[in-house]
Amino acid sequence: MSRTLLSLEHVTMQFGGVVAVNDLSMHVDEGEIVALIGPNGAGKTTAFNCITGVYEPTNGRISFEDKAIISNHPSGRMKRTYGGVEPELFASEKVLSPTPDEITRLGIARTFQNIRLFRSMDVFDNVLTAMHLRSRANVFSSVLRLSHREEKAMRDETEKLLKEQGLWKHRGDKATSLPYGYQRRLEIARALATKPRLLLLDEPAAGMNPQETLELAAFIREIKEKYSLTVLMIEHHMDLVMGISDRVYVLDFGSLIAEGTPEEIQGNQRVIDAYLGVSEDV
Amino acid sequence: MDRERRNHLIRLFAAIAIVYGLVAVLEFTLRPTSIVFTVLRKGAIYSLVAVSMNLLNGFTGLFSLGQAGFMLLGAYTYAILTMPTSVKESERVYKYYDALVRFDTGVVVGLIAAGLVAALFAFLIGLPVLRLKSDYLAIATLGFAEIIRAVCQWDVLGPITNGANLLREFKDLSRITLPFSDIPFPPTLFVFIVVGICILLIVLLINSTYGRAFKAIRDDETAAEAMGINLFRHKELSFVISSFFAGVSGALLAMFQYTVQAQQFRTVLTYEILLIVVIGGIGSISGSCIASFLYIALSEWWLRGLDMGTFLGIHAPDLFRSGFRRLVFSVIIMVIVLFFSRGIMGDKELSFERMRSWVSGRIRRKEGAR
Repeated sequence: MSRTLLSLEHVTMQFGGVVAVNDLSMHVDEGEIVALIGPNGAGKTTAFNCITGVYEPTNGRISFEDKAIISNHPSGRMKRTYGGVEPELFASEKVLSPTPDEITRLGIARTFQNIRLFRSMDVFDNVLTAMHLRSRANVFSSVLRLSHREEKAMRDETEKLLKEQGLWKHRGDKATSLPYGYQRRLEIARALATKPRLLLLDEPAAGMNPQETLELAAFIREIKEKYSLTVLMIEHHMDLVMGISDRVYVLDFGSLIAEGTPEEIQGNQRVIDAYLGVSEDV
Repeated sequence: MDRERRNHLIRLFAAIAIVYGLVAVLEFTLRPTSIVFTVLRKGAIYSLVAVSMNLLNGFTGLFSLGQAGFMLLGAYTYAILTMPTSVKESERVYKYYDALVRFDTGVVVGLIAAGLVAALFAFLIGLPVLRLKSDYLAIATLGFAEIIRAVCQWDVLGPITNGANLLREFKDLSRITLPFSDIPFPPTLFVFIVVGICILLIVLLINSTYGRAFKAIRDDETAAEAMGINLFRHKELSFVISSFFAGVSGALLAMFQYTVQAQQFRTVLTYEILLIVVIGGIGSISGSCIASFLYIALSEWWLRGLDMGTFLGIHAPDLFRSGFRRLVFSVIIMVIVLFFSRGIMGDKELSFERMRSWVSGRIRRKEGAR
């Protein structure tokens, strides 16, 4: 049994009166590929945004490598309007709400549902920029080129990464001029440049045809092995989810309704109901 | 690839050396009161402010309008520090107040201190202000610039800033000498050297790993943050560095004008700089420099005749009289902004390759027309 890398405990995210994620508890073990699925508006991306520090969850604790990185409980006005469960569970804990860049520094990288590349930069610089977080040079030595050795190392590493990802021949192209599939690939390469241990993919196969989806599945498996990653992804394409994930979590209206292996999920009545709807005659 | 880059650098440095050589030659041949020097000096000083503003607006994506305030801080710091002690203790400048600062420094120390004071204030102002976005940031920085100007004119600060009165007789451009001697140094060349060093530093910054982080923030804040770039720290850094150079250029402007008064650093000055940045192209260093020389040449030199009665050989004192220049100038600016909304350079830099391809494209198009 491998150890748990990421765990969410009773995570609730409430916007005003809307509980977008309700009491979500899940865990991702080292070396796994875990999928988070659910119908539109189920709260999958919100859950992602909680993990990556974009949102501050209303309640709950998120741990990475056995250490709490995010922790919160309803307070102030939220205490009265709180609609989730277990508001007192983490009340005695210190509130931890790191910014997204701190989360990335811990070793959690992500991609976005709607691709977000640095549009004025070429492919090479997109990846090179993502190495900035590991740069130890201060601004003076960087301006006066006293840290050119580090810069050289960063460039070499970028070159290696781009070659491995098959993007080297596009290195001089503007990132946004690449074909869609390559833009996805570049976004993943850029995330890899931050040297993550956990990679979060938000709908990596969105807008891809079946052939591209198959290639993507192989690609995800490949990078997982090569960079010894753990992958948590949100996905709609069932082919991809069923093909490569070790375990699947299913969200509906913000709540977890099922978890298990892909086979178990496929046969789960609640999941089928959530996706297809329940007939009122029954 | 590396050889190409080296050739590119060699050509770049050769071009810069030629420009500096020309300035030196002009300095020794033309009359020192020639209008050319006014244009060159003021153009160079405005280039530096424009480039520093471009670092913020064009490269970090922060719409800040505080430039005039930081220039004022630089100008006052420089004037107060470099004014000789004998002048401060006499009644010539501080008429109603006793000067509090009773020492003086050299030109270089004064310039660096000017930048540092501006940077320090930028750091403090940035703490609250940089949490705002786009238009709100512009309004807040504009407000702070006005506050700085108002405080500078405050009577209570008179012993330091001389209130709303002039500061003069500090080490201006006519009093530059070679270090440790009394040999005068050509003033225009001095301005060009200081501005050149500052712009070189900014260019080096933009092409460093920090510069890439700035550009990432401009392109997509969310993605930049997800790549581990701390938004606030990098915005603050960009703001402080930009203000440092705005302070230095304020000091240079003080040297150029021989006097300093808070009145000169109104919001209009910021708008002038913003206009230069927009005309030159947001995100282009060379564009900012070209635009500032053009802007100054137009407003100070080429359109002068419109105020004086004779323009392009047409003598019409009824039409071409005081104020007409401004009207024509505004029309030109409007035409540029309407029809070249991306500026002279867009977000590209000037390079020989680009010039060559532009010229050859022009020739080909002409031949095609035939």
